Amino acid sequence: MTVAPEQNQQGEAPPVPEGHVRLTIDGVDVVAPKGEMLIRTAERLGIVIPRFCDHPLLEPAGACRQCLVEVEMGGRPMPKPQASCTMAVADGMVVRTQRTSPVADKAQQGVMELLLINHPLDCPICDKGGECPLQNQALKHGRADSRFVDVKRTFPKPIPVTSQILLDRERCVLCQRCTRFSQQIAGDRFLDMLERGVHQQVGTSGTAAIEGAGGTGEQSYFSGNTIQICPVGALTSAAYRFRARPFDLMSTPSVCEHCASGCAQRTDWRRGKVMRRLAGEDPAVNEEWNCDKGRFAFTYTTAADRVLRPMVRDDRSGELREASWTEALRTAADGLLAARKKNGVGVLAGGRLTVEDAYAYAKFARVALGTNDVDFRARPHSTEELEFLASEVVGTRLDDEGVSYADLEAAPAVLCVAFEPEEESPIVFLRLRKAARTGKTRVFHIGQWRTPSVEKTFGELVACAPGAEATVVSALPLRSERADVVEALRRTGSVVLVGERAAEIPGLFSAVVRLADLTGARLAWVPRRAGERGALEAGVLPTLLPGGRPVTDPDARAEVELSWGLRPGALPARPGRDTGAMLAAATSGELSGLVVGGVDPYDLPDPRLAEEALRAADFVVSLELRHSAVTAHADVVLPVAPAVEKSGSYLNWEGRQRPFGTILEGTGAVPDCRVLDTLAVEMDADLFTQTPEATADDLQRLGVYSGRRPDTPREPASAAHRPGQGQAVLATWRQLIDNGSLQDGEPHLAGTARAPVARLSAVTARRLGVVFGEPVTVATERGAVTLPAAETDLPDGVVWLPTNSGPSAVRRNLGAGHGALVTVTAAPTGGEA
Amino acid sequence: MGLLDPLKGFGVTFSTMFKKVVTESYPEVKKVPAPRYHGRHQLNRHPDGLEKCVGCELCAWACPADAIYVEGGDNTEAERYSPGERYGRDYQINYLRCIGCGLCIEACPTRALTMISEYELADDDRQKLIYTKEDLLAPLLPGMEAPPHPMRLGQTEQDYYVKGPDLAREAGQRFTNGPQTNGSQEVQR
Repeated sequence: MTVAPEQNQQGEAPPVPEGHVRLTIDGVDVVAPKGEMLIRTAERLGIVIPRFCDHPLLEPAGACRQCLVEVEMGGRPMPKPQASCTMAVADGMVVRTQRTSPVADKAQQGVMELLLINHPLDCPICDKGGECPLQNQALKHGRADSRFVDVKRTFPKPIPVTSQILLDRERCVLCQRCTRFSQQIAGDRFLDMLERGVHQQVGTSGTAAIEGAGGTGEQSYFSGNTIQICPVGALTSAAYRFRARPFDLMSTPSVCEHCASGCAQRTDWRRGKVMRRLAGEDPAVNEEWNCDKGRFAFTYTTAADRVLRPMVRDDRSGELREASWTEALRTAADGLLAARKKNGVGVLAGGRLTVEDAYAYAKFARVALGTNDVDFRARPHSTEELEFLASEVVGTRLDDEGVSYADLEAAPAVLCVAFEPEEESPIVFLRLRKAARTGKTRVFHIGQWRTPSVEKTFGELVACAPGAEATVVSALPLRSERADVVEALRRTGSVVLVGERAAEIPGLFSAVVRLADLTGARLAWVPRRAGERGALEAGVLPTLLPGGRPVTDPDARAEVELSWGLRPGALPARPGRDTGAMLAAATSGELSGLVVGGVDPYDLPDPRLAEEALRAADFVVSLELRHSAVTAHADVVLPVAPAVEKSGSYLNWEGRQRPFGTILEGTGAVPDCRVLDTLAVEMDADLFTQTPEATADDLQRLGVYSGRRPDTPREPASAAHRPGQGQAVLATWRQLIDNGSLQDGEPHLAGTARAPVARLSAVTARRLGVVFGEPVTVATERGAVTLPAAETDLPDGVVWLPTNSGPSAVRRNLGAGHGALVTVTAAPTGGEA
Repeated sequence: MGLLDPLKGFGVTFSTMFKKVVTESYPEVKKVPAPRYHGRHQLNRHPDGLEKCVGCELCAWACPADAIYVEGGDNTEAERYSPGERYGRDYQINYLRCIGCGLCIEACPTRALTMISEYELADDDRQKLIYTKEDLLAPLLPGMEAPPHPMRLGQTEQDYYVKGPDLAREAGQRFTNGPQTNGSQEVQR
């Protein structure tokens, strides 16, 4: 930290604190911590030294030489100007930057002239033009004229590094920000320095034909960040190519709507259309990074199948037809009232809602429909998970017991259970990698194979068959060979992270809670979707009212009734049905109506049951962005606003509030909370959720539950299935970039998805007669998925499939999930074995 | 009022009869403006017909009246509108806003945007006064080919800028005066 130079009465400078040094920069006395780089110290004094390679989150490189300053040590000037980004502060140092030293200024101008020698100066056609550090600094610190008269070095351009990123080596100043990012932060060597001396260049094995420069065309989930940190136009985005200029764009701070990491972002838009999204700066959350999904997946809002007008199913033709809001809401209200009277209505809210919208669903179910049949979990779920969320997760605030990103970074050990950080919560992954890189944090994974997440977090894998995780977690304290895991978790500050997949493994949540109790490690739940944590707090669950109040607690109900202005005893006291039970009830006619938010039936554990339920239900109201399998069965479809066209907030996995404002104004799209409010008015109920702001106030007034929390789940650990002849146990989870409908319409992003393969161990493959590289068919009685087989260090008798990538739609085609038994056969190809 | 004042008045009328007439017979007779007149804009072409505009938006940046809208586009080998990587996919000038200052012309790095001396920029419809790329592009001269087509005058865009005029002259193209647009007698600058 910088301490302002204070003089006491005698004119003596105050003593330097322990671990600090005193130096002079441009005549200003400054105290700086030992080991700090000069450029940082100067920065905090408000002295800007030009730089290209320096980045506060990357290790110093001293590659561009633009930050040269004059340094004097112990009264003796150093013979040459020094790079201030690689020189640490020292006691008694006297530094003169370009502001006070003609030598430093001349050196900087000379470096700039050299950097520009091979630069093509094609600013008019360069996407970086207008926001380019090289352009800005050349104007500020460079010479107006070049003395270079020879032919510039040229390269073929642009070269696609991945489908998202285009490389122009002519513009590159070899600052190595991108290569350092890829190695240090992301851990994917998708860019590297090639050649030496004057031939040095950034590239992949594809860009320069160098013998022995091996490369696998490696992709990265974080490659978009290199575009943002490139200080010149050498790395540009394929999706944003030539779309706009910085002065065209309105930049609005925003929050990513994809995963529960809760990245701060900047959305740049022009004429009512989003042009690009950049990582925002939030040191507590995403630092300055985001993942490619958050950066590039925003075109779904302009898809052709977007629902823009309310639609009502025509009685005669049976087709959806456009209707007025008045008619659609009237029809929906009449239908829901009739269904409520008959056997009741259930609400499937989906996991992508803002806190405000989620709260509106929770209130709508209780007030307008008079039921606790409401659930946000549009994915495999369990009662045990519900108990876990109610007892351990809901209501944990960052300021008391909640685990934060900073806690992850400081933790001596982190155990990831049924959680694939890179695929499910990329920023959690980056933090784990950052923590593990320092060597202070040990990361353990309980999973099936050494995934990229395990490799890149320098993790230690406790491998087990899918479904056996609960047994393994329970046995951890008992098994002497894994005593190190428990030992590490006993250290203060250790964290256990549990992912959404745990809901598919009976007994796992119970086992994890026991382990956390035993070791004193803190426990955090990392859902995959952005809205899940918010929906949990907003009470979109069959057993929880808003604020984590159990529906079975009469005092909690009375509190809510009072706040909502209901008569005492108005709230249903019986816990409702969860998603699966609601679908089953709708299929059998025990539930007459369904209100469905953004739920994709193919994400559910049993898509066939979901479709059956939608067909069987008397009345289905769908609040949707785009036409889907739900709108195909819905009686009324009400269009809602995507995140970019509404305001609201998400809660990320930490429970941190991530508020955002409306980016595209005046599109006429209305958020879910307003649609539900108006619908409720038609049904003679008042929700007071007309706007997200009003909704947030209403939720705020309600406060959180102060009573006794429900008990932790106590379910016995289950054993994994034992595969029979020709069978294997299925391990499956989603990849970050997959067939998800929020990633539609972005081919450049889709091009960097990991290739879908079926993974098996060599022993399993031999037993099942599968040849690696050849297609293998994984089947259940529902259907089959055929993918190329790949050798992986899975436990024997296990096959891994991506849940929703390419042809591998596990839920839709197989109707199976993590831990299920499947048959595996070599797919018939030309040469049948 | 003096006695002779009516006579004075008639005197003015009488003397005017012998002076040069200042009345313009517009629109029957159209006036030719000065050579550097700031009239309507024109998007020029290279001698082979490819567009000079690279869609860099510097004109839009320079415009003090925010009259210009540009959207860049990516040239591909199959569909090329200009030499090099980038072309102006959409180009609009709103003549309700344009103040004719010519800063856009100064900003243009490729001499793609110039002003011609056409001054008849009035209409009864606001929509019609937003000129699009089709309205602004220079007409094709003999020897020019309507884009998209491959680069005819060299391997790279450098050749167009360095050798373009010579190549055009070799190809027998008239390259001294600009194109004459229909009807009016403006001179391309």
